Amino acid sequence: MRVSLEPIAQQREHTALRALLAHQPLWVTIALALICLVMGHVSNVFFTEDNLFNVTRNFSFIGIIALGMTAVIVTRGIDLSVGSIVGLAGVVTGLVLYSGHAWWVGMLCGLAAALACGLVNGILVAYVNLSPFIVTLGMFAVARSLAQVLSQNRMIYQFGPDEKIFTDIGSGITFGVANPFVVLLVLTIVIMIAFRYTTWGRWIFAVGGNEQAARLTGVPVGRVKLSVYLLSGLMSGISAVLLVGYQGAAINAMGTGYELRAIASSVIGGTDLMGGAGGGYGTFIGAALIEVIRNSLLLAGVDANWEGTFVGLFIVFAVLLSKFRGLRSG
Amino acid sequence: MRLFELRNISKNFGAIQALSKVNLKIDAGEVLGLMGDNGAGKSTLIKIMAGNFRPSGGEIWLKGEKVEFHNPVDARRKGVEVVYQDLALCDNLTAAENVFLGREAKIRIGPFQFVHYPTMFREAARHFAELKSETRPRDLVRQMSGGQRQAVAIARTRLSDPDIVLMDEPTAAISVRQVAEVLDLIRRLRDQGVAVILISHRMPDVFAVCDHISVMRRGAVVADKPIRDTSPEEVTGLITGAIEYA
Repeated sequence: MRVSLEPIAQQREHTALRALLAHQPLWVTIALALICLVMGHVSNVFFTEDNLFNVTRNFSFIGIIALGMTAVIVTRGIDLSVGSIVGLAGVVTGLVLYSGHAWWVGMLCGLAAALACGLVNGILVAYVNLSPFIVTLGMFAVARSLAQVLSQNRMIYQFGPDEKIFTDIGSGITFGVANPFVVLLVLTIVIMIAFRYTTWGRWIFAVGGNEQAARLTGVPVGRVKLSVYLLSGLMSGISAVLLVGYQGAAINAMGTGYELRAIASSVIGGTDLMGGAGGGYGTFIGAALIEVIRNSLLLAGVDANWEGTFVGLFIVFAVLLSKFRGLRSG
Repeated sequence: MRLFELRNISKNFGAIQALSKVNLKIDAGEVLGLMGDNGAGKSTLIKIMAGNFRPSGGEIWLKGEKVEFHNPVDARRKGVEVVYQDLALCDNLTAAENVFLGREAKIRIGPFQFVHYPTMFREAARHFAELKSETRPRDLVRQMSGGQRQAVAIARTRLSDPDIVLMDEPTAAISVRQVAEVLDLIRRLRDQGVAVILISHRMPDVFAVCDHISVMRRGAVVADKPIRDTSPEEVTGLITGAIEYA
C-alpha cells in the first residue's frame, strides 16, 4: 500500500519560490526599493553619494540595537531599556575618557556598563521569572537615572588625550561608508549565521516557539534567556560608543526613544512579537526602511513631524501582513 | 532477567498516599497498557519512571540493576524516554530540528561548531522511514497532522536508542485515521525491541496494541494480566471498581 518513502522525505511542503514569497523581509525589501526608485525621480538629491552616506550612517545606530532586540523578541521577550542603556553607556564612556584614560579603556567601560544592565535584566527574567516587560521597564528608568546622576546633567565633550582616535572611530569612513555602517553590516552577518548555524541560535527559536518543550528536551532555557538580554545590552553599548564618537559629545538624554525605533525595525523586518520568528536580514532592512522614510519626507519638503505617522503605519501594515501569511499557511 | 521492573513503589505527598506498593514489569519488545481513571495514580507513576519525582519507597530495576533517576535528563541517559501528552514540539521549527532539539548534529570549523543540517535531515528521514511515517524532515511542525507530530515526537526518542519508551495518552486528541497511524508507530517500536508503556484512556487502542495490561485504582495496581486473558468489560469494571480485583 505504501510506496518508497525516499522521494517523500526529500519533498518540501513549499517550493523555494513559495517560501520566498511568504518571507516578510522580501516584501519589505521590495517596498524599500520602490520608495528609493520614487525618491530618485522626485528628488535629484536622494541618490547622491552624500545623501546615501548619511542615510546608511543614520540607521546604523538603531540597526545595531535592533539586532539585539530581535534576539530578545525571538525568545518571546522584550527589551524596553535599550535606549536608556545607550544613554548610560555613552555617559560612562565620556566620563572615563574625560578623566584621561585611553580610547579603548573608555569604550570597554561603556560596553561593561551596558553588559551589566543586560546581566541584571537577564537574571531577573531568566532566573527570577519576572515579566520581561516589567524588568526592562524598570531598567529603562534606572539606567536613564544613573546616566543623569553620573553626568550631573552636563554635556561631556572633552575626551582626553585619545579624543581624536575616539571620535575617528565613530565618525570615520571605511571603504567609502561610515564606520557605524561597517559595524552594522558585520554584526548583521554574524547574527544571521549565529541564528541559523549555531545551537544557541536554534535554542532561542525553540525557547520562543515552545519554552516548555525546550526545557523538556534539555535546552538550558535559563542560560538562553540570559544570553539574549546580555546580547541586547552589548549591542546597545556598541551603538552608544559609536554614537558618542560620531556626535563628539555625550549627554544623558542620548538614545531617548531608541527602544521604540529598535522594536519597530525588528517588527517591520518580520520578527514576531509572540516569539519564535525573526532574522538578522529583516531587522537590517526594517531599520533601513524607517530611515529612508524619514529621509524621503525631509527631501520631499514634508514636515518632519509626519515621520511617526508613516513609521506607525508601516508597523501596523507589517503585522497585518504577517497575520495574513499566518492564516494562509495555517 | 527483566528489562524494567518497579518493586513496591510508594509515593506520598504529605498525608496523601498517591501510590501504595505498586509493582510493574515489562520485557523488551513488549507493549504494556497502563489504564486507570483520573486520579488513579497513573501520572504520578509516569513521573516517577521519567525521573520527575523520586519515589517515597520501593525500588526501580533496569536490566538487572537497581537504579535511581535524579531528573528527566538522567532517566533519559539511562534508557527511559518519554513521549509527553502535549508532545513537547516547537511549531516554528522543522521536523528534523525538533527531533534533534537539545542534541543538534554539529560540524567543527576552526574553533567554532556549527549546526549541520544535512546530517539532521538525513538522520531524521531515516528515523521516519523506519517508523514508516510519511513525515518530511524539512516541513515545519506547524503544518503537520496529529499523526505526523506524533511521529516526530517518537522519532526524537529513537535518537538515544532507549530501552523503554513511555507514551502518555498519545491517541487522546487526534482523528480516527491518525490513531491507526500512531498505533502502527507503537508496533514499529515494539518490533525494534523497545519496551513501550502506553498510558491511555482509550480501551480499543489498548486492546489493539498491548500484550499486557495493568489497571490502577486509587494508587494501587488492581490487575496485571496478559491482554488475551481479559476483556474490555472486565477492564472497565476494574477501573470503576465494580470488579474489586483480578
